[in-house]
Amino acid sequence: MSNSIQDASQTSSTSGEFRVWFMNKLFMGMSVEDYARSLATPFNLASLLILMVSVPVFFMRYTRGLASVIDGTNAYPWGILLSWGIFASEPMYAAGFVVAAAYYLFGMKSYRPFVRIAVLGGMLGYIFAASYLLIDLGRPWRIYYPMLINFGTSSILFIVAWHVSLYITVQLLEFSPALLEWLEARRLHKWAVSGTVGLIIGGVILSTVHQSALGALYLLTPGKVHPLWYSGQLPLLFFSSAVYTAMSFALLLVFVAVRYFKGGCDAEFLNGATALTLGLGKGAALAMYVYFALKILALAQDNRWGLLFTPYGYWYLVELLGFVAIPMVIFTIGVKLEKTGLVRFAALYAVAGTVLNRVNVNIITFNWYLPDHLHHIIPPWTEITMVLAMVTIQVLVFRWIMNRFPVTRELPEYKGTH
Amino acid sequence: MSDSKRPEPPEGPMCLTRRSFLSISVLAGAAALGTPAIARSAQGQGSPEFKGWPKSYGMLTDFTACVGCRSCEKACNEANRMPAPEKPFDDASVFEESRWPSATAYTVVNRYKNSADSSRPLFRKIQCNHCLEPACATACPIHAYTKTPEGAVIYNKDLCFGCRYCVVACPFNIPAYDYSSPLDAKIVKCILCFGRIKEGKIPACAEACPAGALTFGRRADLLKLARKRIIDSPEKYIDHIYGEREVGGTSWLYLSGVPFEQLGFPTNLPEKPLIELSKGYLSTVPVIFTTFPAIFGMVYAVMRHNERAAGKEERSKQHKEVDHE
Repeated sequence: MSNSIQDASQTSSTSGEFRVWFMNKLFMGMSVEDYARSLATPFNLASLLILMVSVPVFFMRYTRGLASVIDGTNAYPWGILLSWGIFASEPMYAAGFVVAAAYYLFGMKSYRPFVRIAVLGGMLGYIFAASYLLIDLGRPWRIYYPMLINFGTSSILFIVAWHVSLYITVQLLEFSPALLEWLEARRLHKWAVSGTVGLIIGGVILSTVHQSALGALYLLTPGKVHPLWYSGQLPLLFFSSAVYTAMSFALLLVFVAVRYFKGGCDAEFLNGATALTLGLGKGAALAMYVYFALKILALAQDNRWGLLFTPYGYWYLVELLGFVAIPMVIFTIGVKLEKTGLVRFAALYAVAGTVLNRVNVNIITFNWYLPDHLHHIIPPWTEITMVLAMVTIQVLVFRWIMNRFPVTRELPEYKGTH
Repeated sequence: MSDSKRPEPPEGPMCLTRRSFLSISVLAGAAALGTPAIARSAQGQGSPEFKGWPKSYGMLTDFTACVGCRSCEKACNEANRMPAPEKPFDDASVFEESRWPSATAYTVVNRYKNSADSSRPLFRKIQCNHCLEPACATACPIHAYTKTPEGAVIYNKDLCFGCRYCVVACPFNIPAYDYSSPLDAKIVKCILCFGRIKEGKIPACAEACPAGALTFGRRADLLKLARKRIIDSPEKYIDHIYGEREVGGTSWLYLSGVPFEQLGFPTNLPEKPLIELSKGYLSTVPVIFTTFPAIFGMVYAVMRHNERAAGKEERSKQHKEVDHE
């Protein structure tokens, strides 16, 4: 009798301890009141506003159908929701694969402090990209069908589906050490880091195929995408632009960490940030030269020079010169003069250029010959609201993790394990 | 032989429409010479190319005969139990705007200006062309589309998850998606009255056409018929059977008196099936999976080797320094 009472009180005290430990983890050591007070910031208020506006929009999508919220038509099936959510943003999320490969496979040891934040950016990005599908798919609960139910093995989208889902898994595993360190689970952590090199190589393969497959999706549409943007080289063009976009995104993530999460960064991270920015900037510049050359080669291969002097040709030149050549030159100058600010500007510019390229392929030049083409270019506010809400949630989740997990710092007890 | 591997389409009606049907001689000729020859070449052993199901059915639309009565639209609507349209089928005011097959209509007829004779406008019936190697079927990640041996391209909504890549891929912008359905959205498109063909009937539109603009039959026979018409009245037709070669050929064929771009047909399509454009990429994927682990594994090994070599050098240097002391 007395024994069992003792047992019970012991259990309650350990569960109480667990609760305190867990709350500490969740509220970053603050009391609930203090934590709640810390949330009252202009940024959070703006985020809340966007999310509140988006709730009825999402509700409409699932009760009245896509027609009520997006500008989907039978001539233009994929609007800005997918164009941004999948095509324009996924090149950035190759960040994890680019930085991890530099550190683990190519032995660029000084990149170690930055692997995690790049993997985090990539992992979150891919999870969110998949979430856009849950909005856009007609029957979202069937999202796993290409994996389990029936296989369209001739389909590039089948390749994309498999690679995205495998790559999300690989990235979760790549990032799991940070989670396990946060939860102080040592044994699991040991296991998790043991397979790193294999995971990184797997990630490189999956990311290469997946990024190029996004371009390959459009190989089927020679009559629909404008001939200046349509090319047999689309897979290579999408892949090579993803490389510099990912480097740009990684160096921007590091900037965000130093600027807004400085307290969570260790000395190694802060001291290495400049060298990393210049290093990635150099890599991005090089990758952009390659991409620029490939774009010219694609033009030459299909002999499209004459089309340059048409309205679509001028738009093509705006993209190629204004959004590839110029950031490429700025990268070069920034790296030469060792001006990190200039390199960061070039990075943002280059990312914008990739977004423009993807929107051009998905929306602006897609079905360009139809009589009232371009009428659909401005998306309805509801579609923009959904995109804004998704981006907001993504930023909030990123911040939540950055504030808690050891992403930009190495915990002393795990030093040298990765 | 490989001939036995592919199922034969069931015996069904040959070329029958209310007013126009093929003369027996053409049919007999086709049966005796054309069809088996085509069947052989389509299934030539070792041929890497699929040239379409032999003996599959198709439809020939002759725009020079179409009068824009919309009987085909009406028959299609009834045969496929679609909702009644806003405006009745005998209302010609629908021609004021350009329409397109939609989630509620497998087929529509549009009116176009006739630049040669403005008093006689041109009409075009639009529906799925039932490609011999359909891009929609190539694109579908769940294999919800099937090109049947009879010629129809059909779709299984129980597999579809609504990604609309088929809509992106279709060179003719045909698959229609019902965007207004919140959780039960599906693709809607002409199925060449697949059920009726199976029952031995002909598609509802062809049966209903009073002008002889629609001829149903075996595709090989229809091609012969179309060529014959062009040869017999070269002043009436342009010398082009649309669908004979476009994107590898379509089951639905067209004859016209004006160039096809005047009727809104895409004329920038390749003559090879669209799957040929993505095949190369598909075949590089397994190559990446086999070679990348070796390449990057080697890079990793080189890096580790250099690391170890550098470490040894460092240590031996230290040893030497110790020795000197």
